Amino acid sequence: MSKPLLTIDQVSKRFTRKPGLAERLAGRLTGGGEPVVVHALTDVTLEVARGEVLGVVGESGCGKSTLGRVVAGIHAPSDGTVMLDGKPITRDQRGTAEKLTTQVQMIHQDPFASLNPRMKVGETIAEGPRYHKIIPADAVSERVGSLLEQVGLEAAYADRLPHQFSGGQRQRIAIARALAMEPELLVLDEAVASLDVSIQAQVLNLFMDLQRNLGLTALFISHDLSVVRHVCDRVAIMYLGRLVELAPAKDLYERPLHPYTSALFASVPTVGTGKRVFEAIQGEIPSPINPPPGCAFHPRCPQAGPRCRREVPRLAQADELRTVACHLNDGGVA
Amino acid sequence: MSAALDVSGLTTRFDTRGGSVTAVNDVSFSVESGRILGLVGESGSGKSVTGFSIMGLVDEPGQVVAGSVTVDGVDLRSLSDDDMRKMRGSRLAMVFQDPMMTLNPVLRIGDQMAMAVRVHRKMPRRDALEESRKALEIVGIPSPAERLKAYPHQLSGGMRQRVAIAMALLHRPSVIIADEPTTALDVSIQGQILAEVRRLADDIGTAIVWVTHDLAVVSSLADDICVMYAGRIVERGTAEQVIGNPRHPYTQGLLDSIPARQEPGGHLPQIPGSTPQLSRLPSGCPFRPRCSRATEQCKSEPPIDSRDGQIVLCHHPLEGS
Repeated sequence: MSKPLLTIDQVSKRFTRKPGLAERLAGRLTGGGEPVVVHALTDVTLEVARGEVLGVVGESGCGKSTLGRVVAGIHAPSDGTVMLDGKPITRDQRGTAEKLTTQVQMIHQDPFASLNPRMKVGETIAEGPRYHKIIPADAVSERVGSLLEQVGLEAAYADRLPHQFSGGQRQRIAIARALAMEPELLVLDEAVASLDVSIQAQVLNLFMDLQRNLGLTALFISHDLSVVRHVCDRVAIMYLGRLVELAPAKDLYERPLHPYTSALFASVPTVGTGKRVFEAIQGEIPSPINPPPGCAFHPRCPQAGPRCRREVPRLAQADELRTVACHLNDGGVA
Repeated sequence: MSAALDVSGLTTRFDTRGGSVTAVNDVSFSVESGRILGLVGESGSGKSVTGFSIMGLVDEPGQVVAGSVTVDGVDLRSLSDDDMRKMRGSRLAMVFQDPMMTLNPVLRIGDQMAMAVRVHRKMPRRDALEESRKALEIVGIPSPAERLKAYPHQLSGGMRQRVAIAMALLHRPSVIIADEPTTALDVSIQGQILAEVRRLADDIGTAIVWVTHDLAVVSSLADDICVMYAGRIVERGTAEQVIGNPRHPYTQGLLDSIPARQEPGGHLPQIPGSTPQLSRLPSGCPFRPRCSRATEQCKSEPPIDSRDGQIVLCHHPLEGS
């Protein structure tokens, strides 16, 4: 692999909620009242090559959105470093952070919430490049027009307001706004999850075309396994804040190595004829406030052994291209 | 065997200041005991309003203007409000997408379930709690006796949805209308609930209408499928027929645009345009402007084409195999 564009090195993110006055008073009487710590990300290490689309998949609470936000510089990591093109992303040095906001652009799930309802879409698209002086002021409107055409809309739509567009069209506008900044990296957080299937196909086609033509690098966060398989080169599976498996999409879908990955695939309904039995994963996703000891998946894992309850499995190389965090692939569960 | 639920010519209209909108247009289907009907459509297709219309829960300015709904041979539209209230919850129940629409956040699970039991049947509270415990057991809730003492906020989203399904089951209704009940849940939890629902239909013989936008869910769960577009059922048949051999161009288009059915990385076949606004429907077939098979003929009302019980509303249905 060539030099990675994005390097995520042992990143953890904890959210701490300080107890309120009543809780502190109650705590003084009962001996509790400790701050509540949510372990959203624990020790995540990842690299994304230039021009690559990396899928990040997991269920709610797995930390996939937090990972996207840390990469986009919205949250600072509690531990570890995120580097873009070899330069660390930090929030402390104001200059760096400002440069970063132009290099990483995010596309959100809900295009009804992510566009300012009172701003003409042309203004929404032009605001970033104008502020950061990415394009000369007299070329802005021309650029906005060409961006709108690039995402399959008409240049004349620049004068319209968001409410005049459908959900799919709004998501196109959100993509145009992100591209206007000429970013190095796109972070798409469930970008097609709120769209109807027929519209979802249109937006996915647009994304794949743009990605190829412009050589975009992207972190594609989604819960939808079939969408991820379709657009991603490699896929990272997350569970309860940790990376459990990382592999090229084709290999992962043909032969998942981690029991959680297999179980996830088995519980996804697929379109096909004929009855099928749902092989449900037993139990529920544990709380990230109080994760189980050892491997976080062990209470639900059909293959768990005593070692899984004691020891956190390390992410280890399974073969040339894939890594997996499971004792089954690293000396056994006994 | 007669159907547990029979819907015929159901039409629901919303009269607003901006004009009149027909959200459900001449919808007919029936569901036998023990069978699951998947009612599929995109946003604005009228699938949810169909569910609400069957339940008699359409609010002003909406109104069911034509058609009949029969449950166990009883015509619901001829019932008084009082008799309809007796039907709801006992013979006919609904499960919503958000379980907190069903659950009262300030009452313990056991209290609100026992209340729901005693609305329809006179019995001591102790027996009602026992009934509730059994219902929780049926939907696969671990240690149900403990859960009766819990408040809804103490349960996870998946558990709450199971409680909502258990409440719908309390009086062993003939028909359950389920409106996107697993859409907000994670896939592993969805898998567990789909397995339980299939078991309910098979073991208890409940007739279930499963309203959803997700073709993958219905294709693995449902026995029969109705596809809705712009308020109408455009295709109806068994799951094998509709998924394996779709005859309406819209159904075909929907199936083709699912990424899992295409080569990874390839161009996804897409339906051009977007779902029409019901207030501005084109004349004739509402799918006409987006359809690759459309001709001049499609400007007139599409005819019903039927083959082996598979019904399509189309001038030019696909021939299939």
